Amino acid sequence: MFHVKHPLTAVALIALATPALARDNVQVAGSSTVLPYATIVAEAFGENFDFPTPVVEGGGTGAGLARFCEGVGENQIDIANASRPMRAGEFETCQANGVTDIVEVRIGYDGIVFASQAGGASFAFTPEHWYNALAAQVVQDGQLVANPNTNWSQVDAALPDQEILAFIPGTKHGTREVFEERVILEGCESTGAMEAFVASGMDEDAAEEACLTLRTDGLSNDIDGDYNETLARLEANPTGVGVFGLAFYENNTDRLQVATMSGVTPSTESIASGEYPVSRPLFFYIKKAHFGVIPGLKEYAEFFVSDDIAGEGGPLAEYGLVSDPELASVQQVVADETVMTAPAN
Amino acid sequence: MTDLPLNGAAGAIPDFPRPARSILETDARTRARNRAEARFRAYGLAALLVGLFFLVLLLGSILWNGMGAFMQTRMTLEVELLESELDPEGTRDPAVLAETSTFGYGDLIEAALVRTVAATGVQTGLEAGDLDDLLSSGTAARIRDAVIADPSLVGQTVTFDVLPSSRVDGYIKGRVTRESLANDKNLSPEHLDIVDALVAQGTLDRGFNLSFITGADASEKRPEEAGIGVAMIGSFYMMLVVLGLSLPIGVAASIYLEEFAPKNRFTDLIEVNIANLAAVPSIVYGILGLAVFIQFAGLPQSAPLVGGLVLTLLTLPTIIIATRASLRAVPPSIRDAALGVGASKMQAVFHHVLPLAVPGIMTGTIIGMAHALGETAPLLLIGMVGFVASNYPGGVLDGFTSPNSAMPAQIYEWAKRADPAFYERAWGGIIVLLVFLLVMNLMAVLVRRRFERRW
Repeated sequence: MFHVKHPLTAVALIALATPALARDNVQVAGSSTVLPYATIVAEAFGENFDFPTPVVEGGGTGAGLARFCEGVGENQIDIANASRPMRAGEFETCQANGVTDIVEVRIGYDGIVFASQAGGASFAFTPEHWYNALAAQVVQDGQLVANPNTNWSQVDAALPDQEILAFIPGTKHGTREVFEERVILEGCESTGAMEAFVASGMDEDAAEEACLTLRTDGLSNDIDGDYNETLARLEANPTGVGVFGLAFYENNTDRLQVATMSGVTPSTESIASGEYPVSRPLFFYIKKAHFGVIPGLKEYAEFFVSDDIAGEGGPLAEYGLVSDPELASVQQVVADETVMTAPAN
Repeated sequence: MTDLPLNGAAGAIPDFPRPARSILETDARTRARNRAEARFRAYGLAALLVGLFFLVLLLGSILWNGMGAFMQTRMTLEVELLESELDPEGTRDPAVLAETSTFGYGDLIEAALVRTVAATGVQTGLEAGDLDDLLSSGTAARIRDAVIADPSLVGQTVTFDVLPSSRVDGYIKGRVTRESLANDKNLSPEHLDIVDALVAQGTLDRGFNLSFITGADASEKRPEEAGIGVAMIGSFYMMLVVLGLSLPIGVAASIYLEEFAPKNRFTDLIEVNIANLAAVPSIVYGILGLAVFIQFAGLPQSAPLVGGLVLTLLTLPTIIIATRASLRAVPPSIRDAALGVGASKMQAVFHHVLPLAVPGIMTGTIIGMAHALGETAPLLLIGMVGFVASNYPGGVLDGFTSPNSAMPAQIYEWAKRADPAFYERAWGGIIVLLVFLLVMNLMAVLVRRRFERRW
């Protein structure tokens, strides 16, 4: 009689006895901002082609790219969705793990909106407001001081008399980077805090870092989950202001009211025209080595950026994606399988 | 000599100092003890009532939020399947028909909607192009599938049962109101005028949503099409793997440890490890599964087979602990009697001890499997959480390896999505999961009744 000494060994034996199985579906993971768009494309792809519907997972841009860069092969994902460009460090990890040829595909633009609970006070923000509300150190009377503001009306008399309570994306989200770059950093420069940091003897990188250091007294809250969590926090705290994707806001207009940024109301039109300042491109990355190995991969990528899908009036635009004005060149990149070069930063 | 007088030999009862009062009269200390007991009973009852209250609250809110998912608004739509659009050469070849993508059906659906709206007599300011907001974006795919399955439909006017969009469904269910649509770009209050007219006409009504229980997951734009059926199949296959592996392995390991293994340092170490494994957080098994089954053994990602293997690891300690406890609960006299009439050790175990332990083993197995059924965390790392449960498995064996999700993972996924209609579906999914668990537990009770023996 075969006595099982340890259950784990027995299970491992069974697993090893099973031969590796060929994969016939495309495997995608990454940004939770791109996830809705990717599911829409995957579903339509499954309907219109004889290939099985691709599997799309979320997990965030950083986690998706980390999985993407683990290596090439059927056990690895084919595509990573990203709500920010790949970083130089990630590119190097990819190269080191054998993921040498990567095709970068920009699918369109997405707006980031600031919204509060419907029925509450309405806001008209500028980047300076956000910097003065959330930064750890702000400039007051020409001096750098620890942020004394606790009420929006202290930041600007035109804003509602309401306690500052912000729910911003956590650092694992690509959205956070856009928020920092387009709002906090911008505000840091225009309020003069950047200058003050440099004047206090910091070099440029250190000053930038100081700009992005947010207050930690509980008025600024990082949300590591998805937008539904931010929405739930807003419903529990009616005076809070949250950061959302445009598409999420448009699905929940009955519960959220959107704030203007520098006088512009976010919409697909104002983002496409470039008037609304807080927008960012969305990407996906493909392993070139998987073309021709994973059935349907090339077709999926081409279908994703086709005019029917990613063009104006297509299902992605209906859901909230701002179509890429240079979609034709993106289609060319996919068709030619043009490999990306190393990112600068 | 039992008839001795009880106190005869001992003589008269010595004179103890007797209490002044009768024992029939309660004194202060007895009253205090009685009060303490009454208090304790009240605490116990209160704890029970609090528990019951929260159970009712929980079940009530689940049912309240989730029942909506079991109803679905439907609409009949007469679509003229123009030959000039779909099959200009008149071949009626499915391969030719498949060349028209779902986008090619947009105009046909729009024309059908214009006719339907005109038939209601509602004057609307909406343009023809905006009317399709009334319908699920999956309508084109439904019609296209029907046409490819039966090419003879081309050229005819065919009545289809189609799904209205999630907001129309929400309006019929009372979740969406004209006020809540004020800023909504997916549907306008003017659409609702048409909906009211369609309801009055009988074109649009609601019925039981069977496809929620049997259907596949749908993309973020189509909550009205999403169903938990495929995820249920995924859970079922995982449970098959868990049952098929953890029951024999767990029972064999426990019988060996309990009945045959020598008691030494090595078996002590194994015992301690099994007890500890039962307390390991489930996400750890997910990481292990990713490293061992997917990256090392080369099994496919997102497959119920891998999910089942990971959950087997999770369930094994529970089963081993329960099995050992029920083996130990069999009275030693049974073993001794069997060995005494000349049975071998193995015969004693398999003919006498094991049958008596079966009810306990079954209970442990079902509890372990119910635990595994509700797990999401380990599945996150092996690719089973996401937009996965979108295809039915191709065949019975395919079900083990084709990408699939699990019920709790599907519920988690829906709860994350933007459209509030998915939220309703998430609660509905919880109801289905609870029913699934209830059925499993019922089976456990029945098995226990069937095998239960007394001695």
